Amino acid sequence: MTTVHAAPPRSAEDRATRVARLEEAAHRIRHHALLMGEVQGQGYIGQALGVADVLAVAYRDQLRHRPQEPEWPGRDRFLLSIGHYAIALYAALAEAGTIGVDELETYGSDGSRLPMSGMASYTPGMEISGGSLGHGLGVATGMALGLRLQGNPARVFNLLSDGELDEGSTWEAAMSCAHHGLDNVTAIVDVNALQADGPTAGVLRTEPVTDKWRAFGWHAVRVDGNDVAALVDAFDELAAHRGAPKVLICDTRVGHGVPMLASREKAHFMRVEEHEWEQARTQLDEGRAS
Amino acid sequence: MSATTEKVPALKTSAMIASFADPGQRTTSAPFGHALARLAEQRPEIVGLSADLAKYTDMHVFREAHPERFFQMGMAEQTMLGAAAGMAEVGLVPFASTYSVFATRRAYDFLCLDIAEPNLNVNVVGALPGLTTGYGPSHQATEDLAILRGCPNLTIVDPCDSVDIEQAVPQLADHPGPTYLRLLRGKVPTVLDEYDYRFQLGKAAELRTGRDVVLISTGLMTMRALQAAQRLEADHVDVAVLHVPTVKPLDREAVLAAARTDRLVVTLENHTVVGGLAESVASTLAFAGVGTRVVPIALPDEFLAAGALPTLHDRYGLSTDAVVQRVRAELGGNPRPAVPPAVQPTVPPTA
Repeated sequence: MTTVHAAPPRSAEDRATRVARLEEAAHRIRHHALLMGEVQGQGYIGQALGVADVLAVAYRDQLRHRPQEPEWPGRDRFLLSIGHYAIALYAALAEAGTIGVDELETYGSDGSRLPMSGMASYTPGMEISGGSLGHGLGVATGMALGLRLQGNPARVFNLLSDGELDEGSTWEAAMSCAHHGLDNVTAIVDVNALQADGPTAGVLRTEPVTDKWRAFGWHAVRVDGNDVAALVDAFDELAAHRGAPKVLICDTRVGHGVPMLASREKAHFMRVEEHEWEQARTQLDEGRAS
Repeated sequence: MSATTEKVPALKTSAMIASFADPGQRTTSAPFGHALARLAEQRPEIVGLSADLAKYTDMHVFREAHPERFFQMGMAEQTMLGAAAGMAEVGLVPFASTYSVFATRRAYDFLCLDIAEPNLNVNVVGALPGLTTGYGPSHQATEDLAILRGCPNLTIVDPCDSVDIEQAVPQLADHPGPTYLRLLRGKVPTVLDEYDYRFQLGKAAELRTGRDVVLISTGLMTMRALQAAQRLEADHVDVAVLHVPTVKPLDREAVLAAARTDRLVVTLENHTVVGGLAESVASTLAFAGVGTRVVPIALPDEFLAAGALPTLHDRYGLSTDAVVQRVRAELGGNPRPAVPPAVQPTVPPTA
């Protein structure tokens, strides 16, 4: 089992230290993702690098959870409806200590607990089986209603992609969360502006995303999803907000942290040559050092 | 159609005749809603959801008894089923009701992936199964069993009457995995209390024995099968009835025992002939190497007409008269029609 990087008590940590600690966590998450990408030679590595900062703040700062007790009834639930982002979530679960870093090498292999699309029955800490898009927020709605009925203060987070906003069911659930006043729900939308068939703007225009959520009755905040300090402030603000469901819209950059991948022609499913992985790791470390 | 000044007799309309109960038949009001409300008194984890159809799925009875445990999800079936899954994930036992067409056609992906794949104790309750409304294909769930039988983990129950429903509800809640109940709503016929019968999830029950014919039936067609069996007595035809309220998993043992016979084997279901009880029985027999012929009484493989239910049940072969006629024809009492009544095409309406 890997070292667990426990979050220190909030009061004991000034903001700068906190941000620096989370940037380190995001850096490790990116390394974990590159490791898994190399095992398979391909994958949703671009998305994983893009969303690493969001997951670092979620898993190392915001979620009330017991990483080594993933079934703890009082945990905040983090629902990954975008099953193909599993590579990113495994990296975050390794960073949190729910799964071992050494297990990441099994990613996508036969018999592994880490399948390429996230499945609840395979992986500790994977709350739902995502993949068929537009499901996560509906399940989150029910969990939040149920937890509230039970008097459980746990919160429900749902990570969606901007492509997932194409699905009508996402908006059914958005209406439902607002109607039921579910302020124990936080949606996180990863706006990387990229879908399977190309840029989101050309596939099915989803903007203005923030206005849409607000019109649906949500408290919406939009930030640069690769700016850890901004994410920390936004998450803190959302956590304090009461009376409505909350959404954090995160503009992220595919491949962020690894310039050779960030500048590559944007592809939903990025191909990386065998010799490039080492180079990618070097670039990631160089970027961190600079 | 040209206007006419001729005096025409009053027409039967679907709005006037929306019940499949026979005139004067004993009925019980909203058996599902009352059974769920009673169960919830002992089981605090029971919750109810509906998609703007609480009043029309008898869920209103539960809502009135346990308002804090009822969740109105609006006309959003996908979210209702996803939310029901979320509730089950945190330890509640949801019953989610809507019309069968919406639960199965519109929200299937949610039933399949949010509920069935994680094998959650969510009970989906679908009203207007098969041909129990005259509103036409938008509301007639004639293929819900065909859609759902392929879904792993899912238990499917097609109750005959109020007795079946009342007894099934606690068993569905006790069953750890997902279930789908074909709901009969409103004033539901009460039939099975006249027999030595208890609903047992997963089990078929022989309601009558008979030497000449065995009717293997599910849902409200068991009521018709029992009536047909009585009528055929007058012809000195001895008819057995095997009631199969659990369509999946099918009680294969009981079906094989009933069909290893030289009796005429007839299946009866309120569902298209494709993918429902008939094919389930037929495949059970074929896979076991039993070569018995199966006569399917079922709805035709087509989109059905709108109209009054009694008219439609006659037209499509589900009425007791039609069942009796079909069995007689199969027994050779009458010349067998070239096209069996159950699959007779309807006359298309003139423009």
